[in-house]
Amino acid sequence: MPPFFITIVTAVILGTLARFFMLKVDYRQYPSYPHGVVTHLSLGFIAATLGAVALPALLEKEFAAVSFLALAAQQFREVRTTEREMLLHLDKSELVQRGPDYIEGIARVFESRNYLVILTALIVSTATHFFNPLLGIISSILAVAAGNRLMTGRNIKDIARVRPGEIRFEGPNVFVENIHIMNLGGEETRETIIERGLGVIIEPFNDNERETLANNGQRMALAHEAASQLGVYKDVDTPEFTPLVRRDKDTGRIGMLILPIERDMEFLITAIKGVPVLESATGKPLRSRAGKKAED
Amino acid sequence: MDVTLSKFILAAVTTKSGIVEGNFPIFMVESQEEQERIATTLGRVLEGVVHDMENGVFILVKH
Repeated sequence: MPPFFITIVTAVILGTLARFFMLKVDYRQYPSYPHGVVTHLSLGFIAATLGAVALPALLEKEFAAVSFLALAAQQFREVRTTEREMLLHLDKSELVQRGPDYIEGIARVFESRNYLVILTALIVSTATHFFNPLLGIISSILAVAAGNRLMTGRNIKDIARVRPGEIRFEGPNVFVENIHIMNLGGEETRETIIERGLGVIIEPFNDNERETLANNGQRMALAHEAASQLGVYKDVDTPEFTPLVRRDKDTGRIGMLILPIERDMEFLITAIKGVPVLESATGKPLRSRAGKKAED
Repeated sequence: MDVTLSKFILAAVTTKSGIVEGNFPIFMVESQEEQERIATTLGRVLEGVVHDMENGVFILVKH
């Protein structure tokens, strides 16, 4: 058997498996099955191979081989660019768009998961080489579990209170409680909104979360997720029924008006609570001196 | 790269003359019912949103 055979094979297999377990195909239908999944599994395999050979290369004093890791980083950055571009293109065909911030978040996740695979393969190859394959398997499970735990971001329910809000019209202006949503002409439109619409108020827990919710990308993500889970009463020729998310400028509360197909407040709130908080939207004004002092 | 216009007035539907001018189509109508009907049709055709200016003028805006 060639040297390092078991080390490398164990690390490659477990690394690829790690990527497989990180691929979550859920209601978002992304990555699309089967082709999207195959693409990412193949990239995961390459990442696992790179991670697996790093330790043997070092032990053989082939230091130049390690520079391949830098090349890998370049490749995986490419993954992020590809994902971003594709999703941005596809976003144009969505009735309620994801928005560039959400897409950037997704693309970032795809890139970083490949690095996690490299790391997992490296850990497995180290454990397998210095101890035994069984310990390699255990270490890979621990690595994937730790990765999942550390990489799980927060959801809206962690940063804000979500509750129903009453929809009302003042002349042509539609409000969710005191938050002005939009000016809409036409009696028919008004009737449809009163009849089919649901209003939701999202109240941030503190000033940090207030800034997060102020981000336009975060608000687009809210509208997209709500619409994709409950359906949206809208077509291309009725842009007035697009879900709208507006801000109470005084308090930073968010008001959302949506016309779902499934008109069920309970599940709308569940859907909103599960929306991920975008990495790019997260602000921490309370960490600054001015922000801390200004809070009262 | 495709370029799209947004926040752009596509047309106006008015019951009163002389209060709206511009380089977009202006539809003069007789009654409020006709105004509603024409504005809705235009909205569907042009994929715009109807806004009520509360002075007898409806504008259609591309968002």
